[in-house]
Amino acid sequence: MEIKNIKKEFPIFTQKINGKSLVYLDSANSSQKPKVVIDRISNFYETEYSNVGRSVHSLAVKATNRFEATRDLVKKYMNAAHREEIIFTKGATESINLVASTYGKKHINKGDEILITELEHHSNYVPWHFLRSEKGAVIKFASVNENGDVEIDEIKKLISNKTKIIAITHISNVTGAVLPIKQIVDLAKEKNIPVLIDGTQGAPHSYIDMQNIGCDFYAVSCHKMYGPNGLGILYAKKKWLDDLPPYQGGGGMINEVKKDDITFAESPAKFEAGTTQTAEVVSFAESINFIEKLGIKNIASHENEVLEYGFETLRKNNSINIIGNPRNRGSVLCFTLKDIHPHDIATILDDDGVAIRAGHHCCQILHEKLGLPATARASIGVYNDKDDIDKLSEAIKKCQKVFQG
Amino acid sequence: MELKELYQEIILDHGKNPRNKGKCEGYTNDAKAHNPLCGDKVHIFLKLNNEKLVEDLSFEGEGCAISLASASILTELTKGKDLSFIKKISDDFLSMIKNKSKITLNSLTEDQVTTITSLSGVQEFPMRVKCATMAWHTLLSAVEKK
Repeated sequence: MEIKNIKKEFPIFTQKINGKSLVYLDSANSSQKPKVVIDRISNFYETEYSNVGRSVHSLAVKATNRFEATRDLVKKYMNAAHREEIIFTKGATESINLVASTYGKKHINKGDEILITELEHHSNYVPWHFLRSEKGAVIKFASVNENGDVEIDEIKKLISNKTKIIAITHISNVTGAVLPIKQIVDLAKEKNIPVLIDGTQGAPHSYIDMQNIGCDFYAVSCHKMYGPNGLGILYAKKKWLDDLPPYQGGGGMINEVKKDDITFAESPAKFEAGTTQTAEVVSFAESINFIEKLGIKNIASHENEVLEYGFETLRKNNSINIIGNPRNRGSVLCFTLKDIHPHDIATILDDDGVAIRAGHHCCQILHEKLGLPATARASIGVYNDKDDIDKLSEAIKKCQKVFQG
Repeated sequence: MELKELYQEIILDHGKNPRNKGKCEGYTNDAKAHNPLCGDKVHIFLKLNNEKLVEDLSFEGEGCAISLASASILTELTKGKDLSFIKKISDDFLSMIKNKSKITLNSLTEDQVTTITSLSGVQEFPMRVKCATMAWHTLLSAVEKK
């Protein structure tokens, strides 16, 4: 299995879109799935399916073992210190909501400050807004500069003795800026402030080593890592597992239930109420194996090469304005085209089989700052190559032609 | 569905040079809407006189060619008409987009039918339907405000 032939591993690329080969440039939205992952899902349902962690029959034991083996694999992949630090959720959004809700309930009070950035996706702003409206907390936004970066000094100057948590993205899904998360964590540690990293865009493109980064929480979206939909991961450092109250109530998360009192299970069960995603978790092991076979560093360097080529290619078109020029750009190229709205670009590109996204990408705060209602976004995955960029560039030219009449 | 059926000359023209853009003077009714998925915005202003006639009508907004063209075409077709016409043409337009039905209003000229029908191509693009319909829903809520 080699990166240059990797499209072959993804069945989606065998079909034609509007009679053209699919040029999929929407991986920041969701990645396509390799055959090994798709096969694992159907194979699990066909031969091994059962609910996990409850029954004692053979299928249940087997399914539970597969499920927990994935937890071990993720623990190793993220270099977490303990397996109970890996909590399965329904997505990165739920991972962040879990922390905002439980940490907020216990540790955030009126006037306390939550520090985020102007780059954040709505999923790393709205959950904190709930604490603002329910508890009277204050949300502070670290400014993004003209390059689309958030400088560490911007974070530094907003930290006060009321700062109760810092919640920042690893990689911006609009400007592509890779934030200096390790430095931010180091800075926060000096002040004893916990840090949550929204790794939705970071995890598919970087080596996420929890010991090296040192953050308290890291949220992962599995469907952006060549994995199944409806699955996310929350890494939560051990010190928080007993400290935080449970998130949702239901089956599987209890220890003992009486009419006058309830005691709760320990993590991860404590945070995984109800029947969890089963085939999704089991098949995510294949996503990790897929990434590890190629090597995340090789994937990242291939993607960066394609991204750099994309940047250079689009820059040659005078009508294209590329959004942001961050110090380190990760996997996304956002742009606008003179006099043509991003939605029209996306529809016209689709006619050539080129799939991009248009809109505010769930970052209205950032788009307001940029003074743009919407942008077009091409985002890179392991299966993209320079040929895809050439097709993107040609399709953009066709789009200009349509509008010139 | 050919792309050029969606981006017809009429739509591109109205998208590039939207008619009746701005806030009309002395408006009596207005309503606005936005599409939270994409950020498109529209704000419709209309001036009703005592005979329930739309003396003036305009819009402000930002969005794609389809949404601007739809709002622009709407203002052209409804200016100077009465409320019952506005309800009929809006219903006609919305059911054309939703059910692929034909425009039934017989008081329209052939040119006007061609213009309004130019937007029927969005039926084939479900993600773009709201771009075309938002202005018309907004017009109806502006009318219903008084």
